[in-house]
Amino acid sequence: MPDLGKYAVAVLGSYAAGLLLLAGLVALTLWRGARVRRALRQVEERQEKTHG
Amino acid sequence: MSIWEYANPKKFMQTSEAILPWAAGFAALAMGVGLIWGFFFTPDDFRQGSTVKIIYLHVPAAMMAINIWIMMLVTSLIWLIRRHHVSALAAKAAAPIGLTMTLIALVTGALWGQPMWGTWWAWDPRLTSFLVLFLFYLGYIALWAAVEDPDTAADLTGVLCIVGSVFALLSRYAVNFWNQGLHQGASLSLDKQENVADVFWMPLVISIAGFVAFFVALVLLRTRTEIRARRLSALLARERMA
Repeated sequence: MPDLGKYAVAVLGSYAAGLLLLAGLVALTLWRGARVRRALRQVEERQEKTHG
Repeated sequence: MSIWEYANPKKFMQTSEAILPWAAGFAALAMGVGLIWGFFFTPDDFRQGSTVKIIYLHVPAAMMAINIWIMMLVTSLIWLIRRHHVSALAAKAAAPIGLTMTLIALVTGALWGQPMWGTWWAWDPRLTSFLVLFLFYLGYIALWAAVEDPDTAADLTGVLCIVGSVFALLSRYAVNFWNQGLHQGASLSLDKQENVADVFWMPLVISIAGFVAFFVALVLLRTRTEIRARRLSALLARERMA
């Protein structure tokens, strides 16, 4: 760990906030992607059964 | 072969599926190398001390915040002129990424500004235009969510995107236009005097490349989800009609 001196809070706070926001964005993207894909598969299967 | 082939959702899904793992892999590698190198293996700046390490997050995020809006402008114009649905969906998919990048730039800028300028915030031209850009991103996302008909939403958000482009460009050139305020000029410049010192340059460029690849990967992933969501609502509408 580098010696950040008196600016440790600013530097670590920036990295924590930045990485947290990036991770949150990736998590939301993957979660919504999986949800939509699952819903689409269900509807397609249902319609396939109905229409043969 | 024409670029308009990719306006076909099927073609877009095939191509994006092939590109996605490479873009995601490169993004993880470049962001990892750039940020780790910048954080652990670069010296302190003689004036800024260790706060210089914030540039590896702040500068790429700020650059992406502006450039993502420009990408949205281009795809919105393609929608408005040529009515290709994939381009409207790509603009919609990019907006939350741009919003996050703008927020990262604002937060890391405030955390850097407090010890360096003695204040978290100043109504400086660049900071203010960035805040307005952030509000435009919020408005853009809210407008997509508020309008039920997707084509109308794409039209209205396309117009909003054109208007917001003024602020995206202002965010980039505010320092040059007004030549006042606290914010310094560009960190990366062809002018040797302006450009960031050599020791900070390489990890910064690698980090920027990582952020660009991160955006490419995420926008492809999100556009694929938007295409699926659109197909889902079309199928559900057909079910309701039957």
